[in-house]
Amino acid sequence: MTTVQARENTSSPAEEEPHGAARAERLSALAQQHGALVTLMLVVAVASFGFDTFLTGDNLENMAVSSAFLAVVALGMTFVIVTGGIDLSVGSLFALGGVLAAWGSQYGTPVALLLPLAVCGLIGLVNGLLIARARLAPFIVTLAAMLAARGILLSITDEGSTTYLVDEKSFFARLGQDKLLGVGVPVWITVALFVLGAIVLRRSRFGQYVYAVGGNEDAAALMGAPVARTKIAVYTLSGLCAGLAGALNAAWLVSGVTILGTGMELEAISAVVIGGTLLTGGFGFISGSLVGVLLLKVIQNVINQIGSLDSAYQQVVSGSFLAVVVIAQTWLGRRRRML
Amino acid sequence: MLSVSSLTKTFPGARALDGVDFAARPGEVHALIGENGAGKSTLIKVLTGVYQPDEGEIVFGGEPVRFATPLAAQHAGISTIYQEVNLVPLMSVARNLFLGREPRGRLGLIDFRRMHREADAALRSLGLRIDVRRPLRELGVGAQQMVALARAVSVDARVVVMDEPTSSLEPREVRTLFGVIRMLKERGIAVVYVSHRLDELYEVCDTVTVLRDGKLVHTGRIADLDRLRLVSLMLGREMSEVRSEGLTKFSGDHEAGGEPVLDARELTVRHVLHEVSVQLRPGEVVGLGGLLGSGRSETAKAIAGALPPDSGTVVVAGAAVRTGSTPAAIRAGISLLPEDRKAEGIVPGLSVRENIALAALPGLSRFGLVDDARVDRIVDTFIKRLRIKTSGPYQKVGELSGGNQQKVLLARWLAMRPKVLLLDEPTRGIDVGAKAEVQRLIDELADEGLGVLLISSDMEELIEGSDRVVVLKDGAVVAELTGDDVTEDRLLHAIAAEGGDHD
Repeated sequence: MTTVQARENTSSPAEEEPHGAARAERLSALAQQHGALVTLMLVVAVASFGFDTFLTGDNLENMAVSSAFLAVVALGMTFVIVTGGIDLSVGSLFALGGVLAAWGSQYGTPVALLLPLAVCGLIGLVNGLLIARARLAPFIVTLAAMLAARGILLSITDEGSTTYLVDEKSFFARLGQDKLLGVGVPVWITVALFVLGAIVLRRSRFGQYVYAVGGNEDAAALMGAPVARTKIAVYTLSGLCAGLAGALNAAWLVSGVTILGTGMELEAISAVVIGGTLLTGGFGFISGSLVGVLLLKVIQNVINQIGSLDSAYQQVVSGSFLAVVVIAQTWLGRRRRML
Repeated sequence: MLSVSSLTKTFPGARALDGVDFAARPGEVHALIGENGAGKSTLIKVLTGVYQPDEGEIVFGGEPVRFATPLAAQHAGISTIYQEVNLVPLMSVARNLFLGREPRGRLGLIDFRRMHREADAALRSLGLRIDVRRPLRELGVGAQQMVALARAVSVDARVVVMDEPTSSLEPREVRTLFGVIRMLKERGIAVVYVSHRLDELYEVCDTVTVLRDGKLVHTGRIADLDRLRLVSLMLGREMSEVRSEGLTKFSGDHEAGGEPVLDARELTVRHVLHEVSVQLRPGEVVGLGGLLGSGRSETAKAIAGALPPDSGTVVVAGAAVRTGSTPAAIRAGISLLPEDRKAEGIVPGLSVRENIALAALPGLSRFGLVDDARVDRIVDTFIKRLRIKTSGPYQKVGELSGGNQQKVLLARWLAMRPKVLLLDEPTRGIDVGAKAEVQRLIDELADEGLGVLLISSDMEELIEGSDRVVVLKDGAVVAELTGDDVTEDRLLHAIAAEGGDHD
């Protein structure tokens, strides 16, 4: 025991580490949390100087509305990824939700909203049950759901040849088209959902379980957290979000477009990861995902503004950006583990 | 408070608990001890709702109970602290402390201010000052263990089960832990304490229950039991009964001579090993003795590069070996036959031939292509020499018996032409006949000039197989038995000796 006495230590164990390490830890945590936000502000600043058309009301409103649908999908995805899972079915569910909403709108707004929620929520629930109870890999389960949902979509639209239209004068269409204080209703709905989502994730007991399951599943189980129920809940939530996003999108487009949503799951995952959520689970925030979505959409918008640049480059830029973020995250994570 | 009677739990192929009685009383610290496979972890898991008993009764607070899940046991007031910290590292200290029972305010939302205040108070009452908002992983392992302890005692526990709680603690933290245990005792809480450290048991426990091979062998006040008696109960050895005639197939002495082929000096790994030195001469079998958790396997791993030491040196045949690197150790001629051959050794889906050639492949190939003829020659030689019972070199190793799997592993390492062979429990889980063959093989290998380090929980095997025995306790060498001193009696005394303070 001589070395301990020689250290002449009267402090508590927590104070063992040097303060420099704690500061570095906090800095890297900050970088992880706000890196995307800082980047977003930089890109917006540059774009505002570079293009007169960027900071116009129309352009901003346009970006906001087109971000809204992806944002709602990313909201559900954030919960899934924080538990350490992944949901590949959301793109198909988005499209399915849109078609169901457009078809249902002929029977009134409640049907147009509740039908996609019920169907997509049910598919999410099945995903959750297979993952949590049958202990199958999320990747495979949601990949199967992605294919199955596409199949359902094709069968109810006669291989995509039937497009259901929404009556432009219906209340449901107004949900997608109307503006409140100059901003589209879908944007307001999205903002409200994000506030709600952030409160649930940060301040509810369910939110704590979501973090605990993603952080250390075995420990969470031993501490008495309902691991299976938490997983089932997040996949159901993700399905609901995708369905709702699809319905809102249908209201906005006043039709159920079958070809939408391909690759959207990857866009949503990118947005969540860019927003600072760890793909390995246990760490992440709702607000980050919103920033991630905006960043993707602003980059897309900027590239469209540069008329000379092929819009295909947009994906190259988004992809590179994602790679940079993941590398930075891994690096920060490794640094923090070493401390 | 919590008692079980004639508890039986059977797993496929093994009876883990056989009619065990156990009682934890309020205000009493009850030590539960036994070697590997004695059934103590099974007993703990039955008590805490992880396993269901096959037979027997659990009585808690005067009523017969059955806990379907760990959660049910926790709700009833049985808290457990596991050997490994079982918390969520990315979450804050306070969130970990209160997961699942957060104080909630209006709208059912968590009242963080109150949670932080209460978390702080709970830790202070254990003498800890930690910023409860910090992520748990920023704390040292010891402090994390203390948070786990705080969680366990703050849930109105009536019984606290501690499974080797000190294995990752600094001596200073052990003092804090003991303070907490005494406090729990005063509060009338029953504590079940599992540890292999005898000094701790005598310091903090009131009663002791010894399990061996799933059966209860002793229960009573710990003060009435001296250390030597305790150790012999655990290991199932009566000092007076030590047989003069051996039951193993070891011939005994070897011609050991010359310079040490292996010279490991002052290997130190924080919390695990403390300046452990071992020398091996060619043709010598050196045994590593000690209880479970005394650092035997860790010593072997540190020598073989699988466990990077904080300090210390390893020299093979006069040349220093880079520590913490298995390739370097293998190149130098050190081969380790690991303890858990299923997890760390054989590849069951591959053939006997492939398993043997696996490690030697780099040396058997030219321009990246494997020289099949040479592989065949080597594989045939070893199948014959080690008398591996197989239908042929292409049979899958998974289909062989345990003893033959062990021989395949041995062949893999011998194909590397090692100078030093580290054998960790080479005969565990294999039948008697195969055991004798492996033992004879070890003998032959030593006679051929290999330096062999033998780890075995089988006392007889250790005593009769070894020319010398280095005795470890709490990660430090406490004795070295040579010549006529290599007897069970001496070994028991060395293990039971008091002290062994380190760090």
